[in-house]
Formats: sequence, C-alpha cells, structure tokens
Amino acid sequence: MSWATIITIGVGAYVFKVLGLVVLGGRRLPRFLHRCLDLLPAALLPALIAINTVTSGRHLVLDARLPGVAIAALATHRRWPFPVILVLAASVTALARHLAR
Amino acid sequence: MSNEYVRQRTNRSPIAASVTLSIAVGFVGASFGVLAVASGLSWPRACAMSLLVFTGASQFAAVGVVRSGGTALAAIGSALLLAARNSVYGLAMSRVITGRLGKRLIAAQITIDESTAMATAQTERGDQQRAFWATGLGIFVFWNLGTLLGALLGHTLGDPKTFGLDAAFPAGFVALLGPHLRKPGGRAAGVFGALSAIALVPVLPVGLPILVAALGALVGLRRGPVGEAS
Repeated sequence: MSWATIITIGVGAYVFKVLGLVVLGGRRLPRFLHRCLDLLPAALLPALIAINTVTSGRHLVLDARLPGVAIAALATHRRWPFPVILVLAASVTALARHLAR
Repeated sequence: MSNEYVRQRTNRSPIAASVTLSIAVGFVGASFGVLAVASGLSWPRACAMSLLVFTGASQFAAVGVVRSGGTALAAIGSALLLAARNSVYGLAMSRVITGRLGKRLIAAQITIDESTAMATAQTERGDQQRAFWATGLGIFVFWNLGTLLGALLGHTLGDPKTFGLDAAFPAGFVALLGPHLRKPGGRAAGVFGALSAIALVPVLPVGLPILVAALGALVGLRRGPVGEAS
C-alpha cells in the first residue's frame, strides 16, 4: 500500500470524525442519514468476510480458509478474546492446508 | 466489538475499565501489525496507518482489499465507508466534549467505537468526559504500541499462508461484527452485504463488490424498526 493511500485514508477518516464532533456538533442530522451511516459496518463487514473467505481474485473458491473462519464464528459466539479468535482461525486454516497437501 | 464488554465493566471504576479495555485493544492492534506486515506493508507504513487512520475496521479492510488484489481506490473506498460511522459517534459526543476548538480537534481523532461506548455508558457529564478521554487516549497509546510490536514480530514470520494468516482477516471481521448485527436492521444489512458481494465477485473488478455491498445499509434501513435510532 502506497503512502498516498495511507494518508488519504487517514485524512478521510479524520474528516468524518471532525465532521460529527466539530462541524455538525449540536446540529441534528436527518434520522435517515444517521441510521444509514450507523448501519454501514453491518453491511460491509459480512461482505469483507465473504470476499476474504470464499473468493480469490474474481473467482469463488472453497479452501482451507473456510474451516478457519467457521471456528472464528463459533469462538466469537462464545465471546472469546479477539487475539484468541485470530490465532485459532489461522491455526485451523494452517492445519487444514497442511493436511490437504 | 466491545460494547458489551464496556457495559459489564463500566459499573465499577470507569478509569480502571478504560485501562483494561485499552490493554485488550492493544492486542488487537498487535494483530493488525502482524497481518499488515504479512500482507506486504513495511513496519513504518503499518504504524503510520494506526497513528493516522486510528479506526480498526477501516485499517483491516484497507489492508485486506489490497491483499486480495484490489486497487488503492477500492481500499480507500471500503476503509472510508467503514469510517463514516465515526461521524455519528462525533455527533453523539458533541454534547459531552465542548470547549476550545483545539481540544475538540484532538478529541476528534479518538472518537471511535470504544470511547463513545464508554462515555455513553456513564450518566454524569463529568464521568462521561473522563470516560471518553481515558478510553480514547488509553486506546490510542496501546493500539499504536501494539501495532509497532506486532509489525516487528510479523517480520520474523515467513510465508503468511503457512500460518493461515489469510484466514485471520475474515476471522477478525467476524469478531468485530457482533454488535453491528444486533442493531435494528443490522441482520438484513449484513445478509444483503454478504450475498451481493459473493454474487458480484465474478462480475466486477476486485474491490468494487464491497462498495456495492454498502447499499446493504439502505436495505437494513427499510427492514429495521422505525422507532429507535441506535
């Protein structure tokens, strides 16, 4: 990732924060917009999960990532700590990949 | 990620809760550092992301999109769509964080999921301010420290695929997802997001399906109850 990309994301993210806290602060947004912004992660995170689990480039692929992510879902449901979830998912995928060879 | 955690802890000392939470988030920062470096970022770039962007989901998303072959524009788009919710948090916090412009511009950088959740869990205005600053600054310190240590550690690991690190990305998103799905309309938004992304991957250039999936927020809006805005 280039420095330009990193700085653009950094500035953009800061603009959103300043927009709410300083620029708009005190004013009321239309409830529609408010809820829409608040729901964006609920729409985007599942998309990111799907794309990073069952696709590769522009192809649908079922591989060792799937069991890893399934374990992550189970561990999340059980409210296990974040780093534990990551290590568990990575280990299961690494193991599945190793066994498949 | 941590809203429930916040509510459980916060009835005791808010400052102690902030420190505990900050340390926990530091480990997430370390995970980011490891994954960023494993995805090809140098350690200074990984650290710069945590300092400048300072929004976990956006950082993971940007690195994830680039890693899967997406363009810089797609990475910026998905990261910023995820960052947009911070303006909603800013609006909520603007009643609590008042005073000099310089102070509010600093407060803006630490207006994130956790600091907002910790502040809104308090009832007194003074407690709200203390909880906001303690959580925001605490997480800023530990998130960046964690990223640095993770990035340095990540350099010592070899091929990320051998360690299954490619599965750690979606696993991280799974772990971050819970509180968002529980919002009114969250499930409908999520189902649309996942299905539209999968359907569009073979059709659109890499990175674009994620941006289309953002429309799931509108689907959630229609499906969720009209009453309560979270």
